[in-house]
Amino acid sequence: MNPSNGKGSIATASSSGAWKVGDVVPDQFPAGLRVLVVDDDPTCLVILEKMLRACLYAVTKCNRAEIALSLLRENKNGFDIVISDVHMPDMDGFKLLEHIGLEMDLPVIMMSADDEKNVVMKGVTHGACDYLIKPVRIEALKNIWQHVVRKRKNEWKELDQSGSLEDGDRQQKPSDEVEYSSSANEGNWKSSKKRKDEEEDIEDRDDTSTLKKPRVVWSVELHQQFVAAVNQLGIDKAVPKKILELMNVPGLTRENVASHLQKYRLYLRRLSGVSQHHSSLNNSFISAQEATFGSMSSLNGLDLQTLAVTGQLPAQSLATLQAAGLGRPTAKSGIPMPLVDQRNLFSFENPKPRFGEGQQQHLSSSKPVNLLHGIPTTMEPKQLANLHQSAQPLGNMNVQVNAHGGHSSSLLMQMGQTQSRGQILNESAGSHVPRLPSSVGHPAISNGIAGGVIGINGIGDNSRGIGYNQVRPTSSMLSFPMNHTSELASNSFPLGSTPGISNITPKGAFQDEINSEIKGSTGFGASYDIFNDLHQQKSQNWELHNVGLQFSASQNANRLQGNLDISPSVLVRQGYSSSQTSGQNRNVSDIGRAVFSGVESTQQGNTQIIGQQLNNFLVDNSVRVKAESIPDAGSQSILFPENNFGQEDLMSALLKQQGGIAPAESEFDLDGYSIDNIPV
Amino acid sequence: MDKNHLQHQLDMKRSLLDQGYLDEQFIQLEELEDDDNPNFVEEMVTTFYANSARLLQNIEQALGSRPIDFTKLDNYMHQFKGSSSSIGATRVQKECTLFMEYCEAANAEGCIRTFRQVKQEHASLKTKLEDYFKLARQGGPSAGGQAGR
Repeated sequence: MNPSNGKGSIATASSSGAWKVGDVVPDQFPAGLRVLVVDDDPTCLVILEKMLRACLYAVTKCNRAEIALSLLRENKNGFDIVISDVHMPDMDGFKLLEHIGLEMDLPVIMMSADDEKNVVMKGVTHGACDYLIKPVRIEALKNIWQHVVRKRKNEWKELDQSGSLEDGDRQQKPSDEVEYSSSANEGNWKSSKKRKDEEEDIEDRDDTSTLKKPRVVWSVELHQQFVAAVNQLGIDKAVPKKILELMNVPGLTRENVASHLQKYRLYLRRLSGVSQHHSSLNNSFISAQEATFGSMSSLNGLDLQTLAVTGQLPAQSLATLQAAGLGRPTAKSGIPMPLVDQRNLFSFENPKPRFGEGQQQHLSSSKPVNLLHGIPTTMEPKQLANLHQSAQPLGNMNVQVNAHGGHSSSLLMQMGQTQSRGQILNESAGSHVPRLPSSVGHPAISNGIAGGVIGINGIGDNSRGIGYNQVRPTSSMLSFPMNHTSELASNSFPLGSTPGISNITPKGAFQDEINSEIKGSTGFGASYDIFNDLHQQKSQNWELHNVGLQFSASQNANRLQGNLDISPSVLVRQGYSSSQTSGQNRNVSDIGRAVFSGVESTQQGNTQIIGQQLNNFLVDNSVRVKAESIPDAGSQSILFPENNFGQEDLMSALLKQQGGIAPAESEFDLDGYSIDNIPV
Repeated sequence: MDKNHLQHQLDMKRSLLDQGYLDEQFIQLEELEDDDNPNFVEEMVTTFYANSARLLQNIEQALGSRPIDFTKLDNYMHQFKGSSSSIGATRVQKECTLFMEYCEAANAEGCIRTFRQVKQEHASLKTKLEDYFKLARQGGPSAGGQAGR
């Protein structure tokens, strides 16, 4: 695909180099299909590998989900399809599924010895393209290539449609993947013919802004502009055409905006819907702690970073979040990022880029250093837990430790601390389980409880592993009806997109799981910081992830934890939406920008990286990926600085809004993710 | 290779299949064997037994704790069952299923009883397979592969 031609801020999500002729020989297709198989059982793993090799596929096996994610993040275009077991000790297979769907948008096949209908259904709802019952026979594996082809075909179709559709509001995009799916995937494995067509098309229409455009990558900046535009118009009135005009980005088409808007709305809706899931706060709290942390480790890290970067999150909180997110390799440590502490976490000014290295340290040193400076590496997971206890209403910290995508949304929502947050949640919640507790309607919460609340949500979802521990201090938050998803949406969401959000489907299974992942995004600031940081580090996979995180943060400002894996744009939006109310938009957008930038530019991956790094470090040293991925662990240039998004502004805005920074419950989804993204 | 020997091996396999100790999955594994991996099945079985011992240990422990955590038990057994199914250990799988049913019903007595059966089947299959592979090895380097065809 043609690389971005530098038009505006639209980056062409071209998977340059993704298609390596040597990787897959079209003529011999499906031979050479690059498969990643994940299963904790050694016997099954080896047998599967053997069978896949017998099918002439290029197999990579992996016995841990976090390692798998790292692999995927590092080699964005390195795989064509993923096969994963459902029951794994370090991470729930469905969570992994969501992450992959969000970040890489690869087809994922689930397998299990469990053939119960509800489990199979879960696979469907989370976006698995197939479900195999163990023992898996070789016959079943022979045809898995169809999923790869089908996905590509759909993506192309999308692209075609969007390209050919000049005017007319196309709110509905057939598939979200097209624009949001990682570019890597797009260019990755395609039949040679398709690829050629694609290239030809792009070349032909390169100069035509309305014709088929190369995939648009929603950078943080771009997203920020988007959110700003939407806020300006009012979520209810935001139509793609007007948004496009307001944004005034050359090369961006109405379709791009429409699709992005759709995702954004979905995201918001999901956020608001998250709260519904959690039936009881108590449960959620407890479980949230564990769950969230595990799942969103990567996300949390990101969020926190981001938030921290922006200086919004208290250093401690950030640390907590991070710790929470990152340090959850097993998703058990679930250090609930105390909402309260979040403030601290995010307050650091110096972004701590070094996720890899510093993470542990940061986390451990729970000093209330301004996280804004960097990722509070002082917080250790344990500390985080402590922080959590202190529960200072960070308010902004939407550390939603949604371990599971599904849950996350609720968590985020719950925080409802600030209306703005709630709004955001509403918007994003969209399709997802609107678990958001009527965060919007709970002004009280915003003060800081929000942070705590977020945790609550997570708890509910703990089944997924969301464990929001954070909720504690702000127990008041807990009381939030976690299930008020709808409320959030209806709140004065400036974005008013709740209803409109149809499918901000973040990619793949994002919907549910995302929310849970958003954990650490205590508040907007936090998440953004994290993202920023991450962004700087490595833009890879996290993009979506981070974005999601951010949203969570933004949404609840504190609460958004969940796996807002919603497409980056959505995420950012979330954050933005919240900011809208209080002018945080600006900040949010900054964060979002940071996030996006990380997201969109695969190279940037900072946000991601940060999250990853954080996660990696905290979670699991074995995760080699992390070490690798965090190139500058030492160089911490922390993402913040690069973001120049005014994270600090955002953070401060968020903080102000909140009246307190809710501890970013950052569910850092550390579990397993040593990498950075996809929390939980 | 001695024809009788090979026949003997085939008969043994047939018998294991008929008695339900092994199923089609085992045959598939044998079919995966090739010159590069002539003892693939044996290696897999060895891996399985090494890993399953650990899983059984977990279950044993969980069964010994009070109060019994049936969810955990169910999870462990699920893992064990999945692993067993990968080598085609049918009888073992059946006991696993039964065990999981008792878990769902929170029937401790049933679980304990069934677990004993699981271990029994697990051990008995191990012995039979050991004999089988010994025979296969005696038959020649690719005896296993040939027997599988």
